[in-house]
Amino acid sequence: MIPDIWSYLSHGPLLWLGLTLGAYLVGDAIFTATGRNPLANPVLLAIGILAAVLLTTGTDYDTYFEGAQFVHFLLGPATVCLAVPLYANIAHVRRTALPMAAALLAGALVAMVSALGLARLFGLDGAVLTALTAKSVTAPVAIGIAERIGGPPTLTAALVLITGVTGGIIVTPLLNALRVRDWRARGFAAGVAAHGIGTARALQVHQTAGAFAGIGMALNAMLTSLLAPWVLALFR
Amino acid sequence: MIRHLFLILCYQLAGEAISQGLGLPLPGPVLGMALLTASFLAMPRLYTRIEGTARGVLAHLSLLFVPVGVGVIRYLDLLQREGLAIALVLLASTALAIAAAALVFVWVLRLTGGQEQLR
Repeated sequence: MIPDIWSYLSHGPLLWLGLTLGAYLVGDAIFTATGRNPLANPVLLAIGILAAVLLTTGTDYDTYFEGAQFVHFLLGPATVCLAVPLYANIAHVRRTALPMAAALLAGALVAMVSALGLARLFGLDGAVLTALTAKSVTAPVAIGIAERIGGPPTLTAALVLITGVTGGIIVTPLLNALRVRDWRARGFAAGVAAHGIGTARALQVHQTAGAFAGIGMALNAMLTSLLAPWVLALFR
Repeated sequence: MIRHLFLILCYQLAGEAISQGLGLPLPGPVLGMALLTASFLAMPRLYTRIEGTARGVLAHLSLLFVPVGVGVIRYLDLLQREGLAIALVLLASTALAIAAAALVFVWVLRLTGGQEQLR
């Protein structure tokens, strides 16, 4: 009886769509319970829960994705919606256009070149190299870039999330050590290097830093989309 | 609400069509974002209309990464073999990118005579 119900449900989209939302809610509850500790990232927790469920039930990823694709589809429209926070902060963009443009170019290039250069040094290549290229870009755009340059979207997404969590943890101590005290510079750097997770962290620390982080994230999404194919070609 | 979603999908469609048609390196949705930002600049009224719906979509942005992130189970062998090297690359590269962006921002700000904002 129960095996019948299971085999019926596990082959349809409903169960996996439901579990995706459920796992995210659990991840979010843990994140809130830890006082929004950057280590307890709700997305990483949700991925861990779902990965464990799939591995223990022997369900393959394609079956899971049949259900999860409804959530996945919204990445495109959500990327378009990033125009709203960008426009809301357009006054900031106008006032500090030059420092922003220079910092954006430096941050985007250093993120890509250092990742690919170090990866080559450690003997990494192939799929990993392609997936590393867009690691500092917000996940929906990074996945789009990966599809463009022939990288695996799933591996890209994992590297993007780990980059964001890493950035969220190190940004405050690192910039304190470098004695960068301007909130706009601190926030912008967090958004350029660590996308949405860095932006969430910046918002926790300071309002202005959060606004600049959001701009940094949106601008880097555009710049890295343009530069990624060229930079990757240098290392392949 | 439906009207706003329709409009957002139209921008994405336009972005995809232009990007595919011209063979641009920009993913369609990114071009859609750029087009929508340009439209806001030309028609601020459009912004006040769409803002609520767009912020609703963005409020749960991180949920949308979960399905593709779960795909990491396909790469468990790879992560077992190369996980440490990948982790080191990500840590070093993220630190370098944060430092570069922040230092260049402050440096150009001083160069162009801008005031630092410390509060």
